[in-house]
Amino acid sequence: MSIIDTAKQAAQGLMQGAIEKLVPLAPDSWIPGGRPDPLIAHKHGLIGTPVSRRDGALKVKGEAGFAAEFRFDDMAYAALAYATIPRGRITAIDSAAADAAPGVVLVMTHLNAPRMNTPGVFGSSPTAVGPADLPILQDDRIHWNGQPIACVLAETQEQADHAASLLGFTYDAEPSTTSLEGAKANGREPGLFMGQPLHNRIGDADAALATAPHVVDQVYRTPRHNHNPIEPHAATIAWIDGALVIHDASQMVTAQAQTIGEIFDLEPDKVRLTSPYVGGGFGCKGLWDHQIIGAAAAKLAGRPVRITLSREGVYRVVGGRSLTEQRVAIGATAEGRFDALVHTGLSIMTPHNNMPEPFILGTRAAYACPNISLQVDIARMNMLANTFMRAPGEAVGTFALECAVDELAVDLGIDPVELRILNEPDKDPTSGLAFSSRHIVEAWRNGADHFGWADRSVEPATRRDGEWQIGMGCATGTYPYYRMPGAQARITLTRDGDAVRALIEVAAAEMGMGTSTTTAIVGAERLGLSLDQVEVGYGDSSIPGAIMAGGSQQTAAIGAAVIAAHNALVAELLKLAGNDSPLAGLSADTVGSEDAGLAKIDDPTQRESYASILTRAQRDSVTVTAAAAQPLELMHWSMHSHSAIFCEVRVNAVTGETRVSRILGSFDCGRILNPKTAKSQFRGGIIMGLGMALMEETQFDERNGRIMNPSLAEYHIPVHLDVPEIDVIWTDIADPHTPMGAHGIGEIGITGVAAAVANAVYNATGKRVRDLPITLDKLL
Amino acid sequence: MTPFTYLRADTVNDAVRLGAGETAAFLGGGTNIVDLMRETVARHETLVDVTRLSAAVTETAEGGLLIGAAATNTAVAEHHGVRTRYPMLSRAILAGASAQIRNMATVGGNLLQRTRCTYFYDTDGSHCNKRAPGTGCDAREGFNRIHAILGASDACVATHPSDMCVALTALDAVVHVEGRDGARTLPFGELHRLPGDRPDLDTVLAAGDLITAIELPPLGVAARSTYRKVRDRASYAFALISVAAAIEMDGDRIADVRIAFGGVAHKPWRATKAEPALRGELASEAVFRAAAAAEFADARPLRDNAFKPELATRTLAAVLAELAKGDVA
Amino acid sequence: MSFVVNGNAVPGPADPRVSLLDHLRETLHLTGTKKGCNQGACGACTVLVDGERILSCLALAVQYDGREITTIEGLAETAALHPLQAAFIEHDGFQCGYCTPGQICSAIGMAAEARRGVPSHVSADLAADVILTRDEIQERMSGNLCRCGAHNGIIDAIQATMAPAPTAETSAELAA
Repeated sequence: MSIIDTAKQAAQGLMQGAIEKLVPLAPDSWIPGGRPDPLIAHKHGLIGTPVSRRDGALKVKGEAGFAAEFRFDDMAYAALAYATIPRGRITAIDSAAADAAPGVVLVMTHLNAPRMNTPGVFGSSPTAVGPADLPILQDDRIHWNGQPIACVLAETQEQADHAASLLGFTYDAEPSTTSLEGAKANGREPGLFMGQPLHNRIGDADAALATAPHVVDQVYRTPRHNHNPIEPHAATIAWIDGALVIHDASQMVTAQAQTIGEIFDLEPDKVRLTSPYVGGGFGCKGLWDHQIIGAAAAKLAGRPVRITLSREGVYRVVGGRSLTEQRVAIGATAEGRFDALVHTGLSIMTPHNNMPEPFILGTRAAYACPNISLQVDIARMNMLANTFMRAPGEAVGTFALECAVDELAVDLGIDPVELRILNEPDKDPTSGLAFSSRHIVEAWRNGADHFGWADRSVEPATRRDGEWQIGMGCATGTYPYYRMPGAQARITLTRDGDAVRALIEVAAAEMGMGTSTTTAIVGAERLGLSLDQVEVGYGDSSIPGAIMAGGSQQTAAIGAAVIAAHNALVAELLKLAGNDSPLAGLSADTVGSEDAGLAKIDDPTQRESYASILTRAQRDSVTVTAAAAQPLELMHWSMHSHSAIFCEVRVNAVTGETRVSRILGSFDCGRILNPKTAKSQFRGGIIMGLGMALMEETQFDERNGRIMNPSLAEYHIPVHLDVPEIDVIWTDIADPHTPMGAHGIGEIGITGVAAAVANAVYNATGKRVRDLPITLDKLL
Repeated sequence: MTPFTYLRADTVNDAVRLGAGETAAFLGGGTNIVDLMRETVARHETLVDVTRLSAAVTETAEGGLLIGAAATNTAVAEHHGVRTRYPMLSRAILAGASAQIRNMATVGGNLLQRTRCTYFYDTDGSHCNKRAPGTGCDAREGFNRIHAILGASDACVATHPSDMCVALTALDAVVHVEGRDGARTLPFGELHRLPGDRPDLDTVLAAGDLITAIELPPLGVAARSTYRKVRDRASYAFALISVAAAIEMDGDRIADVRIAFGGVAHKPWRATKAEPALRGELASEAVFRAAAAAEFADARPLRDNAFKPELATRTLAAVLAELAKGDVA
Repeated sequence: MSFVVNGNAVPGPADPRVSLLDHLRETLHLTGTKKGCNQGACGACTVLVDGERILSCLALAVQYDGREITTIEGLAETAALHPLQAAFIEHDGFQCGYCTPGQICSAIGMAAEARRGVPSHVSADLAADVILTRDEIQERMSGNLCRCGAHNGIIDAIQATMAPAPTAETSAELAA
């Protein structure tokens, strides 16, 4: 690093430090969201009306084209071979049979792969989204059991698969750590999440715990999980005139294109990555080895390549959620007020990535408590890099915390709903910041009422219907409001005679959240157009800006970018309107959009239509691009979504089988933009939570680090018969400090669910299960 | 998948002729063998399609049913005679796999499906005596939740995954086989093997032997029968434990009984110890549990399946209690 | 060999290893049928063969000589949507849309099975006529996985299309 770089970094560090100190203290009006988005006041427009998915017809007809459905002429098919040891070196490769197999185009290993740069591991720079800090097919080293070590290209998939099965590898194994006990013995380190320590200490929790009249102190365990989108990872790849074109399934089109460009030393405009449809993601549709290997093989063969991971391949190449061991200790007064809250424990990651499962995130702002101690430690194992999976941290953290709260409620003899409400904080207990919007008590009250919580039998194991023991449980869910920097929006307003249309383009991803529909709704409302006048472009790295479908932040990021672009559009149109317009002389901040035109905000009779402005200016279209404001609001307020989950289970007294018979999610997530798709989002999260509660576990063989259930037959996710009708309600109270008053809702659904189920199982049977999943053997 | 030659047989004789040889296999609905070939667990060089052979379900002179081996699982489950006279068989089939798979899978293929042991499937990364004799068994000390507690060997702790076969064992079915030396029959209970030191052999069939039909003998006790499957999710999962049971009551006394377990052994497990312990006894929870205890006295649970003897005992007791009351159709 | 796909005669594969699924997707370019697991564990590849639902990933294409295959692309008789397709949109029976063609084809096959009287694992009486209650539909559709969690919308759509609200008569049967 040069002196200049060092100085630059030091300056940036100082700046960052100053911002972190000043932003919380700054007046609200200086902060994005300090003045409420005008759309919050639109009560009877498109926002909040149920709208069917815009891509619905294409999807039900099978016409939506996914990554593995693009075609190039002369395309070859790829198949991968995977390492079978956890750590060591490849000493010999026998590829004679594969080379000679019918249809084989090439066999690529570290011996002949093109030279490539090591991808930047996720978070190591603003654009880096690599899976691990490891070179890919560049040397003989094995870092995990299942690492891809060869790629076969052939004329057909059948030929490629067969040839890959003929490859032989000889290894020199090296010592490895593949057991939890082994990893612990190697030592623990404090966990860092996105560069920030996973550590909070307020007061003296240990001392408070020692003197508290009521104490719960337990260890909870959660296993590894896999995302298991039904679409396996795939990419269709071609090098065209020195540029790399990748049709991919991606939650982060721009950053992924940038990282791939860095790997192959390509200028940013020489990589184009599209991802029009993503067949489920949940955190795993990002950059993994297969796209890089596919691009390298295409380069080496001089032919386009389709690389589709087999289902087993997905488990070998694409990381999942790591395991956790969490201690939660709560000390409370006789009245039930928390005096000590400890949430500490261990998560596992690899020597080559940086993703401790941050299970304390949801605890930071959960309850009022003068003495709080939170800490995530990590230990390392030789395994596939773990990654973000739906509500990383909160999904498993709320299991531990909310089971412990339930245990405390039983100990205190207090209704668990009332216990939570009693400990509701009036400001963020760890950061001290004011909440931007927190109506969790309302969510609890609405939910309890709607669910019939009052009918619960307080005494466990007292309700029965034949063989089935019935119980009710509840838990709080929580997920932060995020908005990442880098989002841009491009708006193109087009006139055809008197008709106008708008195209809103964002480098975002649609994997079923309903983003394209919601963006159209919000865009139409903001531009004063009808829904059918607005088209949305997305899923293409050639669109300016970078937006990640992660952290439940995409809606906010798009919302803020469209606000900026709309402001730019108003300014541009005012310029075009000129002196003959009724709007002449008005400044942009006094003018808004309505009814397909611009109008003075405090006197809407002073207006001119878009068509009229463009016609007079002799323009067919106008295009603006603008970047969202920096997300300083995240440092100024404590911003979170909340939920109250209620659940009724039936546990078979004979077999121990648990069935969830009823479940209700009562959400406080700002204003709901499209109730139809929002309901599906909430339900989808809840169902993944049911899977986590009752059946999901990635079986990692501790003897050799091999995943032993790499299949949808042996890794159980809920089937139709496991899923009851799920009630979803929401407060619909706008957060005054976010675009549209909305919060992202992709991840909160899963949080709290496993705890609600476990607490209901306790109420049904009197048995506490503290290690997931709650399989029948734990209840026999 | 290893390249193979596809041949279609139009007659049993054709099939036996085409299917002779160590590298050939018969192809039914393909629901298991295609997967095994794709995973390179199996590497047959010839597949002989036998789905055009008899799929008929016909009445036998003795008053039983003869089911052509090419009949689909769905066809058997929905057959009126099976539903009314052998309900446990309908229920066992309907508890297995998914509707799509039941529409494809044949009876013959179901009998020959192979274990779901994940080490068996992991061709590259795991040791398995069933897949590659002599390489060892990684399941014995590994993940073995779905594995055997009865009749296993040092070489293999796999279970047979079929639901249908559990009912067929309980029903005293007869397997019709056509081989190089002509036709023969064997009792269903003798078709599948315990692993011993040859876990690679699931059945007693020789290479080239073709299952042509399953015969259900007339069995009055079967009219009051059921199948209960316990698994890790509500549907579309292999059994942890399953029970096929039939009962005939004489007042409060058990006149006759048939019981088989799935998910406990390398073969569908006929409860030869529990049945005699029940015949002639007064139906009670204690008697049911004692019968199960007799059956599982020799159980050798592994790391992950210590719950199975108790689960099987409870499930059997519940099934028998229900059947004894006459609650099950 | 040849078979009929959505009413058109098409050639079979050259290589017997090719599954019906891969033949549809890679050779015939009918990519509406999806590959989720390629091992019979997810149902995304469900198609109808002579009206019966099967998993095209486990089907060797050569075995289907002379059969009539209907895929998601062939469901609607006109350019308009099949009523079940429309119901999936109305009830939001999908999110990412990847399992959707399989769910829809499966539901159509399921309805035919129910009409024929095929019982299910949750049927109380094996010999009775089939009434497509919510439970029955859920069990019969359990071979089609969905990871986005659109289960409620899927069952709603199927129920609305295939199992209209029970009449007084069927309600009485249900109660009995």
